[in-house]
Amino acid sequence: MEEELIVSGRMNHFIDPQLNIWHWEIPLYLFLGGMAAGILCIAAVYYIRGRENDYRTAVRITPFLAPVLLVIGLVALFADLRHKLYFWQLYTNIRLQSPMSWGAWTLMVITPVSFVWSALHIRDIFPRWNWKFKWLIMLEDFFNKFKKPLAWVMLIYGIILGIYTGILLSAFNARPLWNTSILGPLFLTSGLSAGAAATLILSKNKEERKQFARIDLVLIGIELFLITHMFMGFLASTQVQIEAVNMFLGGPFTMSFWIFVVILGMVIPAVLEMMELGKFHIPAIVPAILVIFGSLMLRFIIVNAGQVSRWLY
Amino acid sequence: MRYAMAVDTKKCVGCSDCVVACQTENNVPIGFCRDWVVEVMNGTYPQLEIEIRSERCNHCVNAPCVRCCPTGASHFAEGGIVLVEKNKCIGCGACIASCPYDARYPHPNGYVDKCTFCIHRIKTGMEPACAAVCPTKCIYFGDLDDPNSKVSSVLKKRKYKTLIQEAGTKPQLYFLI
Repeated sequence: MEEELIVSGRMNHFIDPQLNIWHWEIPLYLFLGGMAAGILCIAAVYYIRGRENDYRTAVRITPFLAPVLLVIGLVALFADLRHKLYFWQLYTNIRLQSPMSWGAWTLMVITPVSFVWSALHIRDIFPRWNWKFKWLIMLEDFFNKFKKPLAWVMLIYGIILGIYTGILLSAFNARPLWNTSILGPLFLTSGLSAGAAATLILSKNKEERKQFARIDLVLIGIELFLITHMFMGFLASTQVQIEAVNMFLGGPFTMSFWIFVVILGMVIPAVLEMMELGKFHIPAIVPAILVIFGSLMLRFIIVNAGQVSRWLY
Repeated sequence: MRYAMAVDTKKCVGCSDCVVACQTENNVPIGFCRDWVVEVMNGTYPQLEIEIRSERCNHCVNAPCVRCCPTGASHFAEGGIVLVEKNKCIGCGACIASCPYDARYPHPNGYVDKCTFCIHRIKTGMEPACAAVCPTKCIYFGDLDDPNSKVSSVLKKRKYKTLIQEAGTKPQLYFLI
């Protein structure tokens, strides 16, 4: 039996022949938000555990990237909106059922927190920095006194930010590829791994670099496990999800996903980091850049492939 | 009150009059539509079977678009009609991605637009434009809570199906088969 479906009277290029509503802005933001979340979580964990002096770069230097990444991400998010001047409606409503609403409020907390954290460590970059105004100095003293609670806020909201970037997609049961709760932990792990890679690039301390190579290795292992787990779940699920995952197992996204995300973004950096931890000397920047690139490609491929996957009727 | 619509796939000839009527009534911008016609052809020649459906928003009871909307612009109006409040919509596209029926489109003015069951017409006692204009009278509209409404009585007599009920949306657009 052959089935042919003809749709007439619908010429919506955002929907036909496949959903095409989100372009580069959303995946770019998901990557930047995830990486910022990873950086802030790592910094908060080491600060709370009192290892600030052992992992100085991770706690004091790398977090300077977070506000930059978040602001670029927010600009991308704003660029994606079609009714731009009404964006403030996000902040006059709290919608517990909408992951996007959760995300908007989370960003409202974590963006200022990331700025404050960077400001507290500004003398690590500009040793002779002077706040000039008395109230700014008082503010600095205030936050220095409550640095530990601040670190806890940063950790909790960092985790929410990292997970929400995945949940944002998995809440859409209309797109079978996104409709898996594994996307939350997968994007969080991928963000943490990109965050660890950022420290790997910036750190000048050999011990710290070794530690972050180890962290990255573990995170890559978790990511590979989650991806396998996700694919197994899809293959054991309904027809639409089997078709969705087949886009990665022989379908149009097979090459890009396995080459860019799995091999270049996970397997090769993992091998390089293992060699680095062994006797070989590998420039730390190579695996780190590959991890960040893989993390970016993961968002782009999942967002694009999800829009292709659909229910059949 | 629970508004619903039933489309008779045995009577629909796929003329697209409903599409044009909707575009005219609701001033739908060129290149977009709030309803459309789907023809499903089954079998190989000469054993062919065809089903023609006039489709639109299903005004779901468990609407994913209302759930996903971050501002509450997508909401349930009286009778369970799913509407978009223009001045609350930020045009993020979450509802478009969340709709398994692909029933929404971004209006060139920025907000998201969709079928309203012609709420402005039914408030005055008229039928939605698509139902009123249908030359084969295959679109039945009415209140499911009223046992004598057009849609209730036709659903009592005929076999029907809904689309993608596996998605858990509880759609309110019925197709008579």
